[in-house]
Amino acid sequence: MASTTDSPPPFNLSTSGPRPPLFDGYDPDGFFDEMFEADGSVRNHYRKLLHNFKTLSHPDLDTKRRAVDALFLRQGVTFNVYGDSQGTERVFPFDLMPRIIPRHEWEHLEAGLIQRITALNLFLHDIYHEQRILKDGVVPPFYVLSAKHFRREFVNFNVPGDIYIHICGTDLIRGADGTYMVLEDNARCPSGVSYVLENRRAMKRTFSDLFESVGVRSVSSYPADLLNVLRHIAPAGVSDPTVVILTPGPYNSAYFEHASLARQMGIEIVEGRDLVVRDQAVCMRTTKGLRPVHVIYRRIDDDFLDPSVFRSDSALGVAGLVHSYRAGRVSLANSIGTGVADDKVMYYFVPRIIKYYLDQDPIIPNVPTYLASEDKDRAYILDHLGELVVKSANEAGGYGMLMGPQSTAAERASFRERILADPRSYIAQPVVSLSRHPTFVEDNPRALEGRHIDLRPFILYGEKVTVIPGGLTRVALRRGSLVVNSSQGGGSKDTWVLHNGD
Amino acid sequence: MLSRVANSLYWMSRYIERADNTARLVDVSLQLSLDLQHFDEHTLDSHWLPVVQSAGDETLFSALHPIPTSDAVIEFLVFQTENTNSILSSVMLARENARMVRDQIPNEFWEELNRLYLFLRSAGARASFRSDPTQFFQEIKASALHLQGITHATVVRNEGWRFIQAGKYIERADKTSRILDVRHAAFPARGAPGAITQAGALEWAAVLRSCSAWDAYQALHGAEILPAHVADLLLLSEDFPRSVRFSVQQLNTALRRISGVGDESFSNDAEKLSGRLLAELFYGTTDEIFDQGLHTYIDALQTKLNTIGEALFRTYILHAFQQIEDDQIRQQEEQQQQ
Repeated sequence: MASTTDSPPPFNLSTSGPRPPLFDGYDPDGFFDEMFEADGSVRNHYRKLLHNFKTLSHPDLDTKRRAVDALFLRQGVTFNVYGDSQGTERVFPFDLMPRIIPRHEWEHLEAGLIQRITALNLFLHDIYHEQRILKDGVVPPFYVLSAKHFRREFVNFNVPGDIYIHICGTDLIRGADGTYMVLEDNARCPSGVSYVLENRRAMKRTFSDLFESVGVRSVSSYPADLLNVLRHIAPAGVSDPTVVILTPGPYNSAYFEHASLARQMGIEIVEGRDLVVRDQAVCMRTTKGLRPVHVIYRRIDDDFLDPSVFRSDSALGVAGLVHSYRAGRVSLANSIGTGVADDKVMYYFVPRIIKYYLDQDPIIPNVPTYLASEDKDRAYILDHLGELVVKSANEAGGYGMLMGPQSTAAERASFRERILADPRSYIAQPVVSLSRHPTFVEDNPRALEGRHIDLRPFILYGEKVTVIPGGLTRVALRRGSLVVNSSQGGGSKDTWVLHNGD
Repeated sequence: MLSRVANSLYWMSRYIERADNTARLVDVSLQLSLDLQHFDEHTLDSHWLPVVQSAGDETLFSALHPIPTSDAVIEFLVFQTENTNSILSSVMLARENARMVRDQIPNEFWEELNRLYLFLRSAGARASFRSDPTQFFQEIKASALHLQGITHATVVRNEGWRFIQAGKYIERADKTSRILDVRHAAFPARGAPGAITQAGALEWAAVLRSCSAWDAYQALHGAEILPAHVADLLLLSEDFPRSVRFSVQQLNTALRRISGVGDESFSNDAEKLSGRLLAELFYGTTDEIFDQGLHTYIDALQTKLNTIGEALFRTYILHAFQQIEDDQIRQQEEQQQQ
């Protein structure tokens, strides 16, 4: 491995010599480690960071960590705890040790993500129009027609600009050999981007000197890019559209994000009760009377958007909204019915979808997946429940999952019944040994330990497709845990994409 | 501006002002109690109960605290969340409203309000209160001033600002009148109070201090305390920024800027009523006020302020207002954010 003259000398854990005390006893432990090669030497793109951390003392780090915690608490960078109406808010735990992605690696990921969202949008357009892919037998029609989020009502409806998924959060993981794989696509209401922005702000405040020397790409254009995407889909003839973000309200877990994005874009954050439809136009109730709204970035589920069309008991939606949408008076991001694309059964077909529409091989592979509704796969799943991760096709946030190796016999029996009763709703995947990253852990303030991580980049599809350089790196803070969701005790890290690098 | 947002800004501002005023009132009453000699159970009652009564919360207070010790009064006014007007409740409500409109308020403002909230909810708050109550109240007052300063220095003078101003000044007019009324048991039903005792002078000075009006008073009238002068300064002064007249003037201006209607006219009940009240304060005299009785006058004044608040709500907010039901909270929580 060539080292340039201005770089610090290679640091090798396995040899004697000066080692930063923080890494005393650090052991990649057979997992793919983001920072260290298998032989214990530090990967090139982490060298400057390591060098800098060497000069930090424990008290320095403690001070920095406390400063960031206090900052997040003070700024209310929190998420609400599900099922707790008492207003309990928690700070999403933040780890000071950043995750670094070198330039060439990022370019590969970026190309793969753009390929994926392009194909998914073509797929959605097709299944809501000619359904060629179903007629050609590439995806069995049964799976699409039975998808929970397939909206028959929108067949033959033309969405503005032919874009269905404007905002996508695709979860990526790295397996034992370091290969990036797609774990799932979140194409309805992906959340987390506000933490990307807040984490960066906190890191810049805490390690201001480090950013310049390491050469980190900025994430700060996200709100402006998002606003451009939203303005791009304005109804025809509206040159200066009024754009709003529609939130379920302050009791939703992601309310902080909704408010923070609204503030950074300079648009109104509205609840359903602030909106009303008059003469096909969606209007918001202002102190000066009703004012038309042209584009809605909605953060509520399809089912709740309009009680006159979908669930009649929705207290969050706006009666008449869908009618206005159909009349082309208001645009929605994401479009109605995009949930088909992130049905976990559809995920299985994404490589074929890419091949079908783009005539390309997928740049980022899927995790091997078994469909419970295929006889052969189901037999395999039922025989190997103790080794597999079983997922419900339409749940998010780590709910409705069986982690085979950690499961009890009773849990496996329960999943067996559920799978047999409704095979369409389940998939299974082998347990992937997610890559690990040095992380500060609660009970050991003096050293770093390896913790499993994933990565959620955010992709925007408007006039062009852009990917925020970085994304949300989630980290499973519990030792040995593979579950990174905030609702399951996960935390996050700042993700640095380098300007340069090898 | 969204009606719901206007409502939240208005109440956020009112609650901060309310916390500030309650802190002033309790702080000064506490200090005064140290000056009072022969502090038996009777004087204790007559000292603290009016403070509770001034907020109109005596029924709730006696339900929660059958024995009105000074500790009970302080707990009730400072920390008790069952009392929606306590300092802690006011700050919680201010923060809850601010959270609904976080996109509309400066980040520095949110941070400071959140800091005050976290401080008051922490175990350290009670410890700080016990070891040095004056410092504790100073902390709250300084935070309220900090919040007002940030607002003044950073909020764009748009409609939101005007709702913030309206909320602040309607609350301040109300609270100044309540602080002045706190000794009303000692007032004659009609006419100006006669010669006052030394203890009475201390209490009137406490009233002034609760409104941070002591220095202003001394500059105008010297060290001698006359109830008529105190009432004149706190009710009718054109220039003192915590007087009722000054506050109503600011409220009236904010209301007219919201609608864009000039001073010579009005476009809704809130403007009509605030204009009328301002004229009464403008042309009124303390002699007239004492003729009808200070307490009677203040009672009527508070009713007028309430009516203005209700008219503002009907004009700008009501059509968007809808109580949040439990099932709505449940649905908000249930929305999957992936």
